[in-house]
Amino acid sequence: MKETQHIISALVANKSGALTRISGLFARRGYNIDSLSVCATDSAKLSRMTITTTADESTVQQIIKQLDKLYDVIKVTELSKNTSVTRELLMVKIVTEPKQRPEIEATCNMYKAKLIDVSPDSTILELTGEPNKLDGFLNVVRDYGIIELTRTGMSALQRGKGSINDLTDYNETV
Amino acid sequence: MKLKGAEIIVKCLLEQKVDCVFGYPGGQIIDTFDALYRLGGDIRQILTAHEQGATHAADGYARATGKTGVVIATSGPGATNLVTGIATAYMDSVPLVAITGNVPVSLLGRDSFQEVDIAGVTMPITKHNYIVKDVRELAPTLREAFRIAASGRPGPVLVDVPKNVQQAETEYTEAEIEKPVHKLREQDMSAAIGIINSAKRPYLYLGGGVISSGAGAEVAALAEKLGAPIASSAMGLGAVPTSHPNYMGLIGMHGHKGVARTLGKSDALIAIGARFSDRVAGNRTGFMKNARIVHIDIDAAEIDKNVASHAHITGDVKTVLNRILPLIKPSSDKNWLAQVRQENDKYPLEDSGYALCPRAILRAVNKLKTPDTVIATDVGQHQMFAAQTINFDKPRTWLSSGGLGTMGYGMGAAIGGAMGSGKPVVLITGDGSFHMNMNELVTASKLGLPITVLIFNNHTLGMVRQWQTLFYGRRYSSTTLQLPTDYVKLAEALGAKGMTLTRNEDIEDVLSKAMSAGTPVVVDCRIVENEMVLPMIPPGKGMEDMIGSLSELEEN
Repeated sequence: MKETQHIISALVANKSGALTRISGLFARRGYNIDSLSVCATDSAKLSRMTITTTADESTVQQIIKQLDKLYDVIKVTELSKNTSVTRELLMVKIVTEPKQRPEIEATCNMYKAKLIDVSPDSTILELTGEPNKLDGFLNVVRDYGIIELTRTGMSALQRGKGSINDLTDYNETV
Repeated sequence: MKLKGAEIIVKCLLEQKVDCVFGYPGGQIIDTFDALYRLGGDIRQILTAHEQGATHAADGYARATGKTGVVIATSGPGATNLVTGIATAYMDSVPLVAITGNVPVSLLGRDSFQEVDIAGVTMPITKHNYIVKDVRELAPTLREAFRIAASGRPGPVLVDVPKNVQQAETEYTEAEIEKPVHKLREQDMSAAIGIINSAKRPYLYLGGGVISSGAGAEVAALAEKLGAPIASSAMGLGAVPTSHPNYMGLIGMHGHKGVARTLGKSDALIAIGARFSDRVAGNRTGFMKNARIVHIDIDAAEIDKNVASHAHITGDVKTVLNRILPLIKPSSDKNWLAQVRQENDKYPLEDSGYALCPRAILRAVNKLKTPDTVIATDVGQHQMFAAQTINFDKPRTWLSSGGLGTMGYGMGAAIGGAMGSGKPVVLITGDGSFHMNMNELVTASKLGLPITVLIFNNHTLGMVRQWQTLFYGRRYSSTTLQLPTDYVKLAEALGAKGMTLTRNEDIEDVLSKAMSAGTPVVVDCRIVENEMVLPMIPPGKGMEDMIGSLSELEEN
């Protein structure tokens, strides 16, 4: 079957070990993690996790069902790209000759990126957007010379009023 | 009332009505054993020779009773010695709670003496696990651990308790423990029921879930209503009596040839509490490709994991069957079952012609055992001979490591099975498996348990040797044991009786003496090294490739 990228969103217990359980599950069952972003929610007891994975349809169903069985995973679902918003944050440090600064600023304006650190011979740029926008931006600034970069991995939320809280907790239903 | 952590552990065991714990003490768990000594009441403490034996015993206890087995061990090596037992229980969905001591919280992470991150080690082989760092969390954690172990698809849970938590005091209030009830998820069952009702030639395939769920009667009712034959995986043995008119036999790699021959003619396979393991399905992409498959299982993740189903129902097997049975159309067609029975009976298991035949020993066990006798096994040829040959009357009388295939499982499991059931146990083992955990024979004799140990002694690691014979050009690398062990003397040295069996003529005489002793008896059954377990589906092949008998093998 054809492998495509899927977005998995989960509400997990904000406990030490939860991340290990989840990443361990991916490792031992041979699933890929393309990106993973996680942080506590408005409740200190819960974290929200977005995982992107490249897999065929039956594998992604297995991933979700296996995640759902973990006691630290409270709710889990796949988000469709069409009905959800996705964002990622990029910070990239590039080589900057003083005379290049106006040109870089213009590029940043086009992408709505920010200059967040300016040094005599380097600049750090920040951009938030969909992952493919970040890819495009990186292609444009690559010629200046990338010193280092970091990306947060994708975060995603379902559009509209519905939420992950509407789902049931698998372990409460068996 | 204010209690110490160790006392709370014991109180929580009493809340759960635990009557027997298996374990081994050590520096970081002294407090808990001390509390057991003072407050344990009627809880029996079974001290094994090794922690591995203790986990297998707790597992055997759980399989034989349906209750949650409990094992207690110290930190470090005590905890790591539980690992194989926990993994065995995990693969076979056996409810188990393992409690381990650990170094005090202040010493955690400093590579202290006998420190190991057992929660980290057991993460992939437990349903869930905990390290309790605050005594106030201890009682709720233990209650949750027992709930998780026994609810849904059962499995092992580990609770690691650092020594200072066992010693710290907190308020304890006794809790009433409610039995977990299975909830049936809202779902559309019409597709599954539709396939079952429109099937012309339905076949049931049972797994261990039928036993976990206690659904033998419901499964039999379904089979009778449909006029459907039944095949069982090694984990499902005993779910339906071997003598049931619809029961055909074992499915899978070493299943009955009649089952392999007739399954292929079915147009609808109804898998119940089973997981299409590679030992059942072989080449999973080709398995039952001409039939529609209905899968009933409590674990949503098992649906479509190995073999894709055409319809499924997720839920406790017994609850599901009770819901759907009134909706199943009774079949008036008696031909299908009769046809399968006739075809099935064409392929009886073949005996080898040697002086002592493993199947003849097992037939004598069938004759001498009662419906309650518990059969335990280790792993290898003897296990498959037993799975093919033993007649079962009741569920929970078969203790065998199915998923993990743990050699050394049997001796501990036999002890746990005897403790839990209060009934005689026959352990069928091999000389290889027996040597792995034979130290537990002394535990059995100390307790005076009615365990008969039949060692199928062929002086080799028979199952691996069989593969070497069939697929590795008879290069017997590291499988020739030729151990000089004198099993009679060994049994006597460990406080048991020992006997030797060399010829078919003596089987009944020796076995009736051994099985009526009421104490541990070891029988050294000398079988030949060239004995093979057939039928066999070569690994990765399908049911049509089954090697049925020695004569078939010689023809090829």
